[in-house]
Amino acid sequence: MKQTLFDKVWDSHIVRSIEHGPDVLFIDRHMVHEVTSPVAFLGIKNRELPVLYPERTFATADHNTPTINQHLPVADPLSRNQLKALEQNANAHGISYWGLGHEKNGIVHVVGPEYGITQPGATIVCGDSHTSTHGAFGAIAFGIGTSEVEMVLATQCIMQPKPKKMRITINGSLNEGVTPKDVALFIISKLTTSGATGYFVEYAGEVFQQLSMEGRMTVCNLSIEMGARGGMIAPDEKTFEYIKDREFTPKGADWEKAMDYWKTLHTDEGASFDKEFIYHGSEIDPMITFGTNPGMGMSITKAIPKASELEGGEATYAKSLEYMGYKEGELMVGKPIDYVFIGSCTNGRIEDFRAFASVVKGKKRADNVTAWLVPGSHKVLNAIKEEGLLEIFEEAQFELREPGCSACLAMNDDKIPAGKYAVSTSNRNFEGRQGPGSRTLLASPLVAAAAAITGKITDPRTLINH
Amino acid sequence: MAYDSFKTLTSSAVPLPIENVDTDQIIPARFLKATERIGFGDNLFRDWRYNQDGSPKSEFVLNNSTYSGKILVGGHNFGSGSSREHAAWAIYDYGFRCVVSSFFADIFRGNCLNIGVLPVQVSETFLAQIFEAIEKNPNTSLTIDLLNQKISLDAMGISESFDINKYKKENMLNGYDDIDYLSNIKSEIQQFASNTPL
Repeated sequence: MKQTLFDKVWDSHIVRSIEHGPDVLFIDRHMVHEVTSPVAFLGIKNRELPVLYPERTFATADHNTPTINQHLPVADPLSRNQLKALEQNANAHGISYWGLGHEKNGIVHVVGPEYGITQPGATIVCGDSHTSTHGAFGAIAFGIGTSEVEMVLATQCIMQPKPKKMRITINGSLNEGVTPKDVALFIISKLTTSGATGYFVEYAGEVFQQLSMEGRMTVCNLSIEMGARGGMIAPDEKTFEYIKDREFTPKGADWEKAMDYWKTLHTDEGASFDKEFIYHGSEIDPMITFGTNPGMGMSITKAIPKASELEGGEATYAKSLEYMGYKEGELMVGKPIDYVFIGSCTNGRIEDFRAFASVVKGKKRADNVTAWLVPGSHKVLNAIKEEGLLEIFEEAQFELREPGCSACLAMNDDKIPAGKYAVSTSNRNFEGRQGPGSRTLLASPLVAAAAAITGKITDPRTLINH
Repeated sequence: MAYDSFKTLTSSAVPLPIENVDTDQIIPARFLKATERIGFGDNLFRDWRYNQDGSPKSEFVLNNSTYSGKILVGGHNFGSGSSREHAAWAIYDYGFRCVVSSFFADIFRGNCLNIGVLPVQVSETFLAQIFEAIEKNPNTSLTIDLLNQKISLDAMGISESFDINKYKKENMLNGYDDIDYLSNIKSEIQQFASNTPL
């Protein structure tokens, strides 16, 4: 039987299958953060159940944390209380906890790979939809609800029907100025936000093979934005090179044994998918979104589509453009912006800050722009300093903040004010996502950098330093 | 018993004919800071329901006393985005027991089933008929019969069947949840774990 990469990993984790029902799926690694876990811990307490395998769960604080003055007590009492609850729950159950100020602290989907918790062939879940990020390593990784967090704590299993399989192949290579973020926004614009619902996606083809691990993480991260359960990429030498010698990866003979298995993790020639899409890298331009879901994206050089050119949903489309303060047929390039946010589990890794620096080097931030540069973890923060990027940012009048989810979902104080436009490297442009009334334009770190320098939407290819 | 069982429900419905309603709209992130599952209904659709000064937006359907009931009817791709179960909790806490749409996002659908809110997926045609019927008569009733997997527009005498997997259906009918099931196969899980190195 020819198997896909997804089949191989899913099938090897089935504890039992229920006829006309879900599979009982064993979870290798579970990550928890402060927002979606407290009610799950309360649940097992009420049921008088212990955490079955505390060594398989890892806790970090990220959603609520401030990105300045992290050495001080958290000012917001509700956030402070939630962070305290995570610390107490982790300690009570013997779960490793990387809280605020800990050297390993950072966004859950940034630190997991950094410390080798993320490995090929593993099943990884977290109460966060962007858990799909970890699929970049050939893992099956997806977001779950709090009831399922409780299940994993209590039983190390979840119960879900096996999703259908989709493959998205992109051949060729990417043009200059086109980043992994643009690849993802391009795919979502083609498939829409529900186009992959019910499917687990494998990304294949030369473009994904050429991407760095950071780039693959950005693409897999955004799988959920087209409705997919998750996305994954077959592990290769780049993957093995990235994870080797990290804290939680196997060592010595165990490494060799694991490698023997990991090298089998690819889709067999002739294995079938329920749906396939094939594109070419040269089709993709730098992208930007103009509406209120991540599917409403287009080449930065294009005009906002007319409702009549789209399938159905005219009322919803009009509502979306009204919220954004845009009209159909308008060009995006040249529109003024107010804020720039670099960070999040989508684009908060070192490569993203390098890309941002490549554009802003030797230039100055536009006076009308407020910019928040938020690394995804302490490790990223340290790399920014070690690589000399901090000097570039400071010379260009950008301030670097401390790690966390920050303005991606605005649970902390990093909120975009009502009516303001933010070019954001994050993952969602939903109404009010970055603060009540905020208007989000999703884009790559290069597009964000070009906007930060010019104060308006600008094609980064006109600014790239050669 | 982990939550209320669901057998049949006859109720008027609240219409929300908007597509791609994401969980950030159902409950914005700034209201996710609780450590217990209480009070989320107050912030259901917070930013569509209230102005920033806290005054209600009269045009929003939850502020219109013409519409009420235990069934929420939404547009295509309901519940997309964040995995926050708080969205399902808010819908439950407000008083809804069933959400009807022509398409649901995966995680949201799963979260609803895990807490005892029934997601009922209908055809685009039937959804349009429901919206039309409610527009004509806001008190029109829908009946959802889980045992027979049937949703009916009572006054019009039309109905449609809906899908739900057999396992989840049993759970909903009896108010069981997955931990009840998994706890009973603990030794099987432990056996599996012993063969699965960390």
